[in-house]
Amino acid sequence: MKSFTYERAKTPAQAAAAVAKQQGAKFLAGGTNLLDLMKLEIETPTHLVDVQDLKLDRIERTDEGGLRIGALVTNTALAADATVRRDYGVLTRAIVAGASGQLRNKATTAGNLLQRTRCPYFYDTNQPCNKRKPGTGCAAIGGFSRQLAVIGSSDHCIATYPSDMAVAMRLLDATVETVKADGKTRSIAMADFHRLPGDTPERDNELERGELITAVTLPRPIGGTHLYHKVRDRASYAFALVSVAAVIQKDGSGRAAFGGVAARPWRVEAAEAAMTQGARAVASGVFAGAKPTEENQFKILLAERTLASVMAQAKG
Amino acid sequence: MSAPSHSSLDISRRAVMVSGAATAAMSALPADVQAAPAPSKPATMPVSFKVNGKDVSLTLDTRTTLLDSLREHLKLTGTKKGCDHGQCGACTVIVNGERINSCLSLAVQHQGDEVTTIEGLGTPDDLHPMQAAFVTYDGYQCGYCTPGQICSAVSVLKEIEAGIPSHVQEDITAAPAFTNMEMRERMSGNICRCGAYSNIAEAMAAVAGAKA
Repeated sequence: MKSFTYERAKTPAQAAAAVAKQQGAKFLAGGTNLLDLMKLEIETPTHLVDVQDLKLDRIERTDEGGLRIGALVTNTALAADATVRRDYGVLTRAIVAGASGQLRNKATTAGNLLQRTRCPYFYDTNQPCNKRKPGTGCAAIGGFSRQLAVIGSSDHCIATYPSDMAVAMRLLDATVETVKADGKTRSIAMADFHRLPGDTPERDNELERGELITAVTLPRPIGGTHLYHKVRDRASYAFALVSVAAVIQKDGSGRAAFGGVAARPWRVEAAEAAMTQGARAVASGVFAGAKPTEENQFKILLAERTLASVMAQAKG
Repeated sequence: MSAPSHSSLDISRRAVMVSGAATAAMSALPADVQAAPAPSKPATMPVSFKVNGKDVSLTLDTRTTLLDSLREHLKLTGTKKGCDHGQCGACTVIVNGERINSCLSLAVQHQGDEVTTIEGLGTPDDLHPMQAAFVTYDGYQCGYCTPGQICSAVSVLKEIEAGIPSHVQEDITAAPAFTNMEMRERMSGNICRCGAYSNIAEAMAAVAGAKA
Protein backbone atom coordinates (compact mmCIF):
# COMPACT_ATOMS: atom_id res chain seq x y z
CA MET A 1 0.00 0.00 0.00
CA LYS A 2 1.23 3.51 -0.83
CA SER A 3 1.70 5.85 2.10
CA PHE A 4 -0.97 8.49 2.73
CA THR A 5 -1.90 11.17 5.22
CA TYR A 6 -5.25 11.05 7.02
CA GLU A 7 -7.72 13.54 8.45
CA ARG A 8 -11.23 13.50 9.82
CA ALA A 9 -13.61 16.11 8.42
CA LYS A 10 -16.21 17.83 10.62
CA THR A 11 -18.79 18.92 8.05
CA PRO A 12 -19.76 17.70 4.57
CA ALA A 13 -18.66 20.96 2.91
CA GLN A 14 -15.34 20.82 4.75
CA ALA A 15 -14.81 17.23 3.59
CA ALA A 16 -15.61 18.16 0.00
CA ALA A 17 -13.20 21.11 0.14
CA ALA A 18 -10.45 18.97 1.67
CA VAL A 19 -10.64 16.44 -1.17
CA ALA A 20 -11.05 19.07 -3.90
CA LYS A 21 -7.99 21.06 -2.90
CA GLN A 22 -5.52 18.18 -2.86
CA GLN A 23 -4.71 16.14 -5.95
CA GLY A 24 -4.73 12.46 -4.97
CA ALA A 25 -7.11 12.91 -2.01
CA LYS A 26 -10.08 10.61 -1.52
CA PHE A 27 -13.04 10.24 0.83
CA LEU A 28 -12.95 7.30 3.23
CA ALA A 29 -16.23 5.97 4.68
CA GLY A 30 -16.46 2.28 5.63
CA GLY A 31 -13.35 1.49 3.64
CA THR A 32 -14.38 -2.07 2.78
CA ASN A 33 -13.76 -1.59 -0.96
CA LEU A 34 -11.25 1.26 -0.95
CA LEU A 35 -8.80 -0.40 1.47
CA ASP A 36 -8.90 -3.62 -0.51
CA LEU A 37 -8.04 -1.69 -3.68
CA MET A 38 -5.32 0.27 -1.85
CA LYS A 39 -3.64 -2.94 -0.73
CA LEU A 40 -3.47 -4.00 -4.37
CA GLU A 41 -2.32 -0.48 -5.36
CA ILE A 42 -5.22 -0.18 -7.78
CA GLU A 43 -6.22 2.87 -5.74
CA THR A 44 -3.26 4.97 -4.59
CA PRO A 45 -4.62 7.99 -2.68
CA THR A 46 -2.03 10.26 -1.08
CA HIS A 47 -4.51 11.68 1.43
CA LEU A 48 -7.67 10.24 2.98
CA VAL A 49 -10.52 12.38 4.32
CA ASP A 50 -12.48 10.23 6.76
CA VAL A 51 -16.16 11.22 6.69
CA GLN A 52 -17.40 9.12 9.62
CA ASP A 53 -18.01 12.15 11.89
CA LEU A 54 -20.32 13.97 9.45
CA LYS A 55 -23.53 12.77 11.16
CA LEU A 56 -24.95 11.55 7.86
CA ASP A 57 -26.17 8.34 9.47
CA ARG A 58 -29.90 9.00 9.82
CA ILE A 59 -32.95 7.77 7.93
CA GLU A 60 -35.71 10.39 7.86
CA ARG A 61 -39.09 11.01 6.25
CA THR A 62 -39.08 13.63 3.51
CA ASP A 63 -41.81 16.28 3.20
CA GLU A 64 -42.98 14.48 0.07
CA GLY A 65 -43.67 11.28 2.00
CA GLY A 66 -40.51 9.55 0.85
CA LEU A 67 -37.34 8.64 2.69
CA ARG A 68 -34.00 10.37 3.03
CA ILE A 69 -31.16 7.93 3.68
CA GLY A 70 -27.96 9.50 5.04
CA ALA A 71 -24.80 8.69 3.09
CA LEU A 72 -23.23 6.97 6.10
CA VAL A 73 -26.17 4.73 7.03
CA THR A 74 -24.63 1.26 7.05
CA ASN A 75 -25.96 -1.43 4.75
CA THR A 76 -27.10 -3.37 7.83
CA ALA A 77 -28.93 -0.40 9.34
CA LEU A 78 -30.64 0.42 6.05
CA ALA A 79 -31.75 -3.18 5.47
CA ALA A 80 -33.04 -3.44 9.05
CA ASP A 81 -34.97 -0.16 9.08
CA ALA A 82 -38.64 -0.87 9.79
CA THR A 83 -39.94 1.63 7.21
CA VAL A 84 -37.64 0.31 4.51
CA ARG A 85 -38.72 -3.27 5.24
CA ARG A 86 -42.39 -2.34 5.08
CA ASP A 87 -42.52 0.21 2.25
CA TYR A 88 -39.38 -0.46 0.18
CA GLY A 89 -38.91 -4.19 0.73
CA VAL A 90 -37.01 -4.65 -2.52
CA LEU A 91 -34.24 -2.49 -1.05
CA THR A 92 -33.88 -4.63 2.08
CA ARG A 93 -33.94 -7.78 -0.03
CA ALA A 94 -31.26 -6.46 -2.38
CA ILE A 95 -28.95 -5.38 0.43
CA VAL A 96 -29.12 -8.67 2.34
CA ALA A 97 -28.41 -10.52 -0.92
CA GLY A 98 -25.02 -8.82 -1.08
CA ALA A 99 -21.68 -9.26 0.69
CA SER A 100 -21.44 -10.76 4.20
CA GLY A 101 -22.76 -9.72 7.61
CA GLN A 102 -19.37 -8.28 8.57
CA LEU A 103 -19.09 -6.21 5.40
CA ARG A 104 -22.68 -4.93 5.61
CA ASN A 105 -21.98 -3.73 9.17
CA LYS A 106 -19.19 -1.46 7.93
CA ALA A 107 -20.18 -0.62 4.36
CA THR A 108 -22.15 2.59 3.89
CA THR A 109 -24.94 3.67 1.54
CA ALA A 110 -22.72 6.11 -0.36
CA GLY A 111 -19.78 3.72 -0.36
CA ASN A 112 -21.94 1.00 -1.85
CA LEU A 113 -22.87 3.37 -4.71
CA LEU A 114 -19.18 4.12 -5.27
CA GLN A 115 -17.84 0.57 -5.14
CA ARG A 116 -15.78 -0.33 -8.14
CA THR A 117 -16.09 -3.19 -10.57
CA ARG A 118 -14.97 -6.70 -9.66
CA CYS A 119 -13.79 -7.35 -13.23
CA PRO A 120 -10.77 -9.67 -12.76
CA TYR A 121 -8.75 -7.65 -15.25
CA PHE A 122 -9.35 -4.45 -13.27
CA TYR A 123 -7.96 -6.29 -10.22
CA ASP A 124 -4.91 -7.76 -11.96
CA THR A 125 -2.38 -4.93 -12.21
CA ASN A 126 -0.32 -7.00 -14.68
CA GLN A 127 -3.11 -6.73 -17.24
CA PRO A 128 -4.12 -3.80 -19.40
CA CYS A 129 -7.35 -2.16 -18.17
CA ASN A 130 -8.83 1.09 -19.46
CA LYS A 131 -10.78 1.60 -16.24
CA ARG A 132 -7.72 1.22 -14.00
CA LYS A 133 -5.18 2.77 -16.38
CA PRO A 134 -6.81 4.74 -19.20
CA GLY A 135 -5.48 4.01 -22.67
CA THR A 136 -3.85 0.67 -21.87
CA GLY A 137 -6.57 -1.46 -23.48
CA CYS A 138 -9.07 -4.00 -22.23
CA ALA A 139 -7.86 -7.52 -21.46
CA ALA A 140 -11.40 -8.61 -20.61
CA ILE A 141 -12.45 -8.33 -24.25
CA GLY A 142 -11.40 -11.68 -25.63
CA GLY A 143 -10.54 -12.84 -22.10
CA PHE A 144 -12.54 -14.61 -19.41
CA SER A 145 -15.79 -12.69 -19.62
CA ARG A 146 -18.37 -14.99 -18.06
CA GLN A 147 -19.11 -12.49 -15.25
CA LEU A 148 -18.95 -9.37 -17.39
CA ALA A 149 -21.35 -7.02 -19.14
CA VAL A 150 -23.76 -8.03 -21.89
CA ILE A 151 -25.21 -4.59 -22.61
CA GLY A 152 -24.16 -0.94 -22.51
CA SER A 153 -20.49 -1.92 -22.86
CA SER A 154 -18.02 -0.40 -25.32
CA ASP A 155 -14.90 -1.38 -27.24
CA HIS A 156 -12.95 0.02 -24.29
CA CYS A 157 -14.58 -1.75 -21.34
CA ILE A 158 -17.02 -4.57 -20.57
CA ALA A 159 -16.92 -4.32 -16.76
CA THR A 160 -20.06 -4.65 -14.68
CA TYR A 161 -21.03 -2.58 -11.67
CA PRO A 162 -21.39 -5.02 -8.76
CA SER A 163 -23.89 -3.44 -6.31
CA ASP A 164 -27.16 -5.15 -5.40
CA MET A 165 -28.41 -2.19 -3.34
CA ALA A 166 -28.18 0.18 -6.31
CA VAL A 167 -30.34 -2.06 -8.49
CA ALA A 168 -33.19 -1.66 -6.01
CA MET A 169 -32.54 2.08 -5.72
CA ARG A 170 -32.70 2.42 -9.50
CA LEU A 171 -35.99 0.53 -9.48
CA LEU A 172 -37.38 2.85 -6.81
CA ASP A 173 -36.37 6.02 -8.74
CA ALA A 174 -33.94 7.12 -6.03
CA THR A 175 -32.03 10.39 -6.19
CA VAL A 176 -28.42 10.93 -5.09
CA GLU A 177 -27.85 14.16 -3.12
CA THR A 178 -24.37 15.71 -3.14
CA VAL A 179 -22.40 18.69 -1.92
CA LYS A 180 -19.43 20.24 -3.74
CA ALA A 181 -16.36 21.97 -2.42
CA ASP A 182 -17.99 25.40 -2.83
CA GLY A 183 -20.92 24.27 -0.68
CA LYS A 184 -23.32 23.97 -3.64
CA THR A 185 -25.64 20.97 -3.53
CA ARG A 186 -27.18 19.03 -6.37
CA SER A 187 -29.48 16.06 -6.98
CA ILE A 188 -28.65 13.34 -9.49
CA ALA A 189 -31.27 10.76 -10.50
CA MET A 190 -30.01 7.19 -9.96
CA ALA A 191 -30.76 6.63 -13.64
CA ASP A 192 -28.04 9.16 -14.52
CA PHE A 193 -25.61 8.55 -11.65
CA HIS A 194 -23.54 5.65 -12.99
CA ARG A 195 -21.93 6.14 -16.39
CA LEU A 196 -21.69 3.72 -19.26
CA PRO A 197 -18.03 3.19 -20.23
CA GLY A 198 -17.95 4.73 -23.72
CA ASP A 199 -14.37 5.84 -24.29
CA THR A 200 -13.85 7.01 -20.69
CA PRO A 201 -14.42 3.88 -18.59
CA GLU A 202 -12.19 5.26 -15.84
CA ARG A 203 -15.12 7.44 -14.75
CA ASP A 204 -17.66 5.20 -13.00
CA ASN A 205 -20.17 7.95 -12.23
CA GLU A 206 -21.10 11.61 -12.67
CA LEU A 207 -19.45 12.93 -9.48
CA GLU A 208 -16.86 15.65 -9.84
CA ARG A 209 -13.62 15.63 -7.89
CA GLY A 210 -14.36 16.57 -4.30
CA GLU A 211 -18.11 16.12 -4.70
CA LEU A 212 -19.48 14.26 -1.69
CA ILE A 213 -22.65 12.18 -1.51
CA THR A 214 -24.71 13.32 1.48
CA ALA A 215 -27.86 11.24 1.06
CA VAL A 216 -30.00 9.09 -1.17
CA THR A 217 -33.69 9.97 -1.28
CA LEU A 218 -36.55 7.68 -2.19
CA PRO A 219 -39.91 8.96 -3.48
CA ARG A 220 -43.21 7.94 -1.86
CA PRO A 221 -43.78 4.19 -1.58
CA ILE A 222 -45.43 2.60 -4.62
CA GLY A 223 -47.01 -0.46 -2.97
CA GLY A 224 -46.94 -3.80 -4.77
CA THR A 225 -44.97 -6.97 -4.12
CA HIS A 226 -41.25 -6.33 -3.66
CA LEU A 227 -38.84 -9.01 -4.83
CA TYR A 228 -35.13 -9.39 -5.49
CA HIS A 229 -33.79 -12.58 -7.05
CA LYS A 230 -30.04 -12.98 -7.37
CA VAL A 231 -28.47 -15.82 -9.34
CA ARG A 232 -24.87 -16.59 -8.47
CA ASP A 233 -22.33 -19.40 -8.36
CA ARG A 234 -22.96 -20.13 -4.67
CA ALA A 235 -25.95 -19.53 -2.42
CA SER A 236 -24.44 -16.71 -0.38
CA TYR A 237 -21.58 -14.22 -0.39
CA ALA A 238 -20.95 -14.02 -4.13
CA PHE A 239 -21.51 -11.39 -6.80
CA ALA A 240 -24.45 -11.76 -9.15
CA LEU A 241 -24.33 -13.41 -12.51
CA VAL A 242 -27.73 -11.83 -12.97
CA SER A 243 -30.12 -10.23 -10.50
CA VAL A 244 -33.65 -8.93 -10.88
CA ALA A 245 -35.28 -6.31 -8.67
CA ALA A 246 -39.01 -5.99 -9.21
CA VAL A 247 -42.10 -4.36 -7.77
CA ILE A 248 -45.21 -6.03 -9.17
CA GLN A 249 -48.76 -4.79 -8.64
CA LYS A 250 -51.87 -6.97 -8.25
CA ASP A 251 -52.84 -6.50 -11.90
CA GLY A 252 -49.45 -7.80 -13.05
CA SER A 253 -48.09 -4.39 -14.04
CA GLY A 254 -44.87 -3.24 -12.45
CA ARG A 255 -41.20 -2.41 -12.76
CA ALA A 256 -38.04 -4.46 -13.20
CA ALA A 257 -34.34 -3.61 -13.00
CA PHE A 258 -31.39 -5.91 -13.64
CA GLY A 259 -28.00 -6.27 -11.96
CA GLY A 260 -24.84 -8.03 -13.10
CA VAL A 261 -25.39 -7.20 -16.76
CA ALA A 262 -23.97 -3.70 -17.29
CA ALA A 263 -21.83 -0.88 -15.90
CA ARG A 264 -24.90 0.41 -14.09
CA PRO A 265 -28.20 -1.00 -12.81
CA TRP A 266 -30.05 -1.81 -16.02
CA ARG A 267 -33.63 -0.67 -16.34
CA VAL A 268 -35.60 0.12 -19.48
CA GLU A 269 -38.84 1.83 -18.45
CA ALA A 270 -40.38 1.51 -21.92
CA ALA A 271 -40.08 -2.29 -21.73
CA GLU A 272 -42.06 -2.37 -18.46
CA ALA A 273 -45.28 -1.73 -20.35
CA ALA A 274 -45.05 -5.41 -21.33
CA MET A 275 -44.97 -6.66 -17.71
CA THR A 276 -48.49 -8.13 -18.01
CA GLN A 277 -47.45 -10.08 -21.12
CA GLY A 278 -44.74 -12.09 -19.41
CA ALA A 279 -40.99 -12.19 -18.94
CA ARG A 280 -40.06 -12.78 -22.58
CA ALA A 281 -41.89 -9.68 -23.75
CA VAL A 282 -40.15 -7.56 -21.12
CA ALA A 283 -36.68 -9.08 -21.55
CA SER A 284 -36.72 -8.67 -25.32
CA GLY A 285 -37.18 -4.94 -24.81
CA VAL A 286 -34.72 -4.67 -21.91
CA PHE A 287 -31.94 -6.47 -23.74
CA ALA A 288 -32.51 -5.08 -27.22
CA GLY A 289 -29.10 -4.14 -28.61
CA ALA A 290 -27.21 -6.38 -26.17
CA LYS A 291 -23.65 -7.28 -27.18
CA PRO A 292 -22.75 -10.32 -25.09
CA THR A 293 -19.56 -12.32 -25.51
CA GLU A 294 -19.65 -16.02 -26.30
CA GLU A 295 -18.93 -16.74 -22.62
CA ASN A 296 -21.66 -14.57 -21.14
CA GLN A 297 -24.49 -14.72 -23.68
CA PHE A 298 -26.23 -17.12 -21.27
CA LYS A 299 -26.96 -14.10 -19.06
CA ILE A 300 -29.68 -12.80 -21.38
CA LEU A 301 -31.75 -15.98 -21.17
CA LEU A 302 -30.91 -16.27 -17.47
CA ALA A 303 -32.19 -12.73 -16.88
CA GLU A 304 -35.44 -13.53 -18.69
CA ARG A 305 -35.95 -16.70 -16.67
CA THR A 306 -35.09 -14.99 -13.42
CA LEU A 307 -37.70 -12.35 -14.21
CA ALA A 308 -40.17 -15.14 -15.01
CA SER A 309 -39.52 -16.68 -11.59
CA VAL A 310 -39.99 -13.29 -9.93
CA MET A 311 -43.31 -12.83 -11.77
CA ALA A 312 -44.45 -16.30 -10.77
CA GLN A 313 -43.62 -15.62 -7.13
CA ALA A 314 -45.50 -12.32 -7.22
CA LYS A 315 -48.61 -14.15 -8.43
CA GLY A 316 -48.23 -16.38 -5.38
CA MET B 1 31.68 -24.82 0.55
CA SER B 2 30.28 -27.86 -1.28
CA ALA B 3 30.75 -31.26 0.27
CA PRO B 4 33.26 -33.37 -1.71
CA SER B 5 30.82 -36.22 -2.29
CA HIS B 6 28.18 -34.10 -4.07
CA SER B 7 30.33 -32.21 -6.58
CA SER B 8 28.64 -29.52 -8.70
CA LEU B 9 25.08 -30.78 -8.10
CA ASP B 10 25.20 -29.60 -4.49
CA ILE B 11 23.03 -26.56 -4.93
CA SER B 12 20.05 -26.15 -2.68
CA ARG B 13 16.60 -25.78 -4.24
CA ARG B 14 16.21 -22.50 -2.38
CA ALA B 15 19.42 -21.08 -3.86
CA VAL B 16 18.24 -21.93 -7.36
CA MET B 17 14.90 -20.26 -6.77
CA VAL B 18 16.46 -17.14 -5.30
CA SER B 19 18.89 -16.66 -8.18
CA GLY B 20 16.13 -17.44 -10.67
CA ALA B 21 13.91 -14.75 -9.17
CA ALA B 22 16.74 -12.21 -9.24
CA THR B 23 17.41 -12.90 -12.91
CA ALA B 24 13.72 -12.54 -13.73
CA ALA B 25 13.50 -9.26 -11.85
CA MET B 26 16.55 -7.85 -13.61
CA SER B 27 15.45 -8.85 -17.06
CA ALA B 28 12.03 -7.29 -16.43
CA LEU B 29 13.57 -3.86 -15.93
CA PRO B 30 13.66 -1.85 -19.17
CA ALA B 31 17.00 -0.19 -19.88
CA ASP B 32 15.67 3.38 -19.67
CA VAL B 33 14.10 3.11 -16.19
CA GLN B 34 15.06 6.00 -13.95
CA ALA B 35 15.88 5.39 -10.34
CA ALA B 36 12.79 6.15 -8.29
CA PRO B 37 13.10 9.21 -6.05
CA ALA B 38 13.97 8.36 -2.47
CA PRO B 39 10.63 7.75 -0.72
CA SER B 40 9.67 10.17 2.02
CA LYS B 41 8.97 8.75 5.44
CA PRO B 42 5.50 7.16 5.70
CA ALA B 43 2.98 9.23 7.64
CA THR B 44 2.30 8.18 11.23
CA MET B 45 -0.51 9.15 13.60
CA PRO B 46 -1.50 8.59 17.21
CA VAL B 47 -4.67 6.61 17.87
CA SER B 48 -6.39 5.49 21.07
CA PHE B 49 -9.14 2.92 21.49
CA LYS B 50 -10.27 0.28 23.92
CA VAL B 51 -9.41 -3.37 23.38
CA ASN B 52 -11.12 -5.96 25.54
CA GLY B 53 -11.88 -3.29 28.14
CA LYS B 54 -8.35 -1.87 28.28
CA ASP B 55 -7.38 1.57 26.96
CA VAL B 56 -4.58 1.45 24.41
CA SER B 57 -2.67 4.27 22.74
CA LEU B 58 -0.49 3.68 19.72
CA THR B 59 1.40 5.73 17.17
CA LEU B 60 1.00 3.96 13.86
CA ASP B 61 1.84 4.20 10.20
CA THR B 62 -1.52 5.37 8.77
CA ARG B 63 -1.56 2.25 6.57
CA THR B 64 -1.82 -0.06 9.59
CA THR B 65 -5.05 -2.03 9.55
CA LEU B 66 -7.00 -2.64 12.73
CA LEU B 67 -5.99 -6.29 12.30
CA ASP B 68 -2.26 -5.54 12.18
CA SER B 69 -2.54 -3.14 15.12
CA LEU B 70 -4.06 -5.96 17.19
CA ARG B 71 -1.65 -8.69 16.10
CA GLU B 72 1.64 -6.89 15.56
CA HIS B 73 1.45 -3.95 17.94
CA LEU B 74 -0.73 -5.22 20.79
CA LYS B 75 0.41 -8.86 20.39
CA LEU B 76 -3.19 -10.07 20.49
CA THR B 77 -2.55 -12.87 18.01
CA GLY B 78 -5.86 -14.63 18.59
CA THR B 79 -7.36 -12.68 15.69
CA LYS B 80 -6.05 -14.27 12.50
CA LYS B 81 -4.99 -12.94 9.13
CA GLY B 82 -6.39 -15.17 6.40
CA CYS B 83 -6.90 -13.51 3.03
CA ASP B 84 -6.36 -9.89 4.19
CA HIS B 85 -9.03 -8.84 1.67
CA GLY B 86 -12.33 -9.30 3.49
CA GLN B 87 -13.12 -12.57 1.78
CA CYS B 88 -12.50 -15.18 4.51
CA GLY B 89 -13.64 -13.71 7.85
CA ALA B 90 -10.67 -15.02 9.88
CA CYS B 91 -10.00 -11.46 11.09
CA THR B 92 -13.54 -10.87 12.39
CA VAL B 93 -13.64 -8.80 15.59
CA ILE B 94 -16.45 -6.95 17.34
CA VAL B 95 -16.27 -3.13 17.23
CA ASN B 96 -18.82 -1.09 19.19
CA GLY B 97 -20.98 -4.22 19.40
CA GLU B 98 -20.87 -5.10 15.67
CA ARG B 99 -18.73 -7.68 13.90
CA ILE B 100 -16.48 -6.35 11.14
CA ASN B 101 -13.51 -7.53 9.07
CA SER B 102 -10.54 -6.00 10.92
CA CYS B 103 -8.38 -6.39 7.79
CA LEU B 104 -10.53 -3.89 5.85
CA SER B 105 -10.40 -1.15 8.43
CA LEU B 106 -7.57 1.24 9.25
CA ALA B 107 -6.58 1.45 12.91
CA VAL B 108 -6.83 5.27 12.73
CA GLN B 109 -10.51 4.96 11.81
CA HIS B 110 -11.14 3.53 15.29
CA GLN B 111 -10.26 6.46 17.55
CA GLY B 112 -12.40 6.05 20.70
CA ASP B 113 -13.93 2.73 19.61
CA GLU B 114 -14.42 -0.39 21.75
CA VAL B 115 -12.89 -3.47 20.20
CA THR B 116 -13.53 -7.02 21.41
CA THR B 117 -11.31 -9.83 20.16
CA ILE B 118 -11.41 -13.55 20.88
CA GLU B 119 -9.15 -12.86 23.89
CA GLY B 120 -11.86 -10.59 25.30
CA LEU B 121 -14.74 -13.04 24.92
CA GLY B 122 -13.39 -15.66 27.30
CA THR B 123 -10.25 -17.15 28.81
CA PRO B 124 -9.03 -20.78 28.94
CA ASP B 125 -10.34 -20.97 32.52
CA ASP B 126 -13.55 -19.14 31.85
CA LEU B 127 -14.78 -19.87 28.33
CA HIS B 128 -17.47 -17.83 26.66
CA PRO B 129 -20.54 -20.07 26.12
CA MET B 130 -19.86 -19.99 22.37
CA GLN B 131 -16.25 -21.12 22.91
CA ALA B 132 -17.47 -23.95 25.13
CA ALA B 133 -20.06 -24.97 22.54
CA PHE B 134 -17.42 -25.04 19.76
CA VAL B 135 -15.45 -27.50 21.93
CA THR B 136 -18.51 -29.61 22.72
CA TYR B 137 -19.73 -29.77 19.11
CA ASP B 138 -16.31 -30.05 17.39
CA GLY B 139 -16.78 -26.72 15.64
CA TYR B 140 -13.23 -26.75 14.24
CA GLN B 141 -10.34 -28.90 13.11
CA CYS B 142 -7.18 -26.87 12.48
CA GLY B 143 -8.54 -23.92 14.43
CA TYR B 144 -7.19 -21.13 12.24
CA CYS B 145 -10.58 -19.68 11.30
CA THR B 146 -12.04 -20.37 14.75
CA PRO B 147 -11.47 -17.01 16.50
CA GLY B 148 -13.21 -15.27 13.58
CA GLN B 149 -15.95 -17.91 13.51
CA ILE B 150 -16.61 -17.44 17.23
CA CYS B 151 -16.63 -13.63 17.10
CA SER B 152 -19.01 -13.88 14.15
CA ALA B 153 -21.20 -16.53 15.78
CA VAL B 154 -21.60 -14.48 18.97
CA SER B 155 -22.60 -11.47 16.86
CA VAL B 156 -24.95 -13.47 14.63
CA LEU B 157 -27.05 -14.53 17.61
CA LYS B 158 -27.24 -10.90 18.70
CA GLU B 159 -28.18 -9.81 15.17
CA ILE B 160 -31.01 -12.35 15.02
CA GLU B 161 -32.18 -11.25 18.45
CA ALA B 162 -32.10 -7.61 17.30
CA GLY B 163 -34.25 -8.53 14.29
CA ILE B 164 -31.66 -7.77 11.59
CA PRO B 165 -33.15 -9.35 8.44
CA SER B 166 -31.37 -11.89 6.24
CA HIS B 167 -31.45 -13.20 2.69
CA VAL B 168 -33.17 -16.47 3.68
CA GLN B 169 -36.17 -14.86 5.39
CA GLU B 170 -39.40 -15.31 3.46
CA ASP B 171 -41.16 -12.43 5.20
CA ILE B 172 -38.61 -9.68 5.71
CA THR B 173 -40.98 -7.63 7.87
CA ALA B 174 -41.11 -10.47 10.41
CA ALA B 175 -38.61 -11.16 13.18
CA PRO B 176 -35.98 -13.70 12.07
CA ALA B 177 -35.83 -17.07 13.85
CA PHE B 178 -32.85 -19.01 15.21
CA THR B 179 -33.01 -21.65 12.47
CA ASN B 180 -30.20 -23.64 10.89
CA MET B 181 -30.77 -21.84 7.56
CA GLU B 182 -30.44 -18.46 9.28
CA MET B 183 -27.16 -19.46 10.99
CA ARG B 184 -25.70 -20.78 7.76
CA GLU B 185 -26.65 -17.73 5.71
CA ARG B 186 -25.42 -15.29 8.32
CA MET B 187 -22.11 -17.13 8.75
CA SER B 188 -21.31 -17.13 5.01
CA GLY B 189 -18.60 -14.49 5.49
CA ASN B 190 -16.52 -16.94 7.55
CA ILE B 191 -14.77 -19.58 5.47
CA CYS B 192 -13.55 -22.87 7.02
CA ARG B 193 -11.25 -24.96 4.85
CA CYS B 194 -11.63 -27.93 7.22
CA GLY B 195 -15.36 -27.84 6.56
CA ALA B 196 -16.55 -27.67 10.16
CA TYR B 197 -19.65 -25.74 9.08
CA SER B 198 -22.35 -28.15 10.21
CA ASN B 199 -20.77 -28.47 13.66
CA ILE B 200 -20.41 -24.70 13.93
CA ALA B 201 -24.14 -24.34 13.18
CA GLU B 202 -24.87 -26.95 15.87
CA ALA B 203 -22.73 -25.11 18.40
CA MET B 204 -24.57 -21.89 17.61
CA ALA B 205 -27.94 -23.62 17.90
CA ALA B 206 -26.94 -25.00 21.30
CA VAL B 207 -26.01 -21.53 22.54
CA ALA B 208 -29.20 -20.06 21.08
CA GLY B 209 -31.13 -22.75 22.92
CA ALA B 210 -32.74 -23.83 19.69
CA LYS B 211 -32.50 -27.03 17.71
CA ALA B 212 -30.57 -26.85 14.45
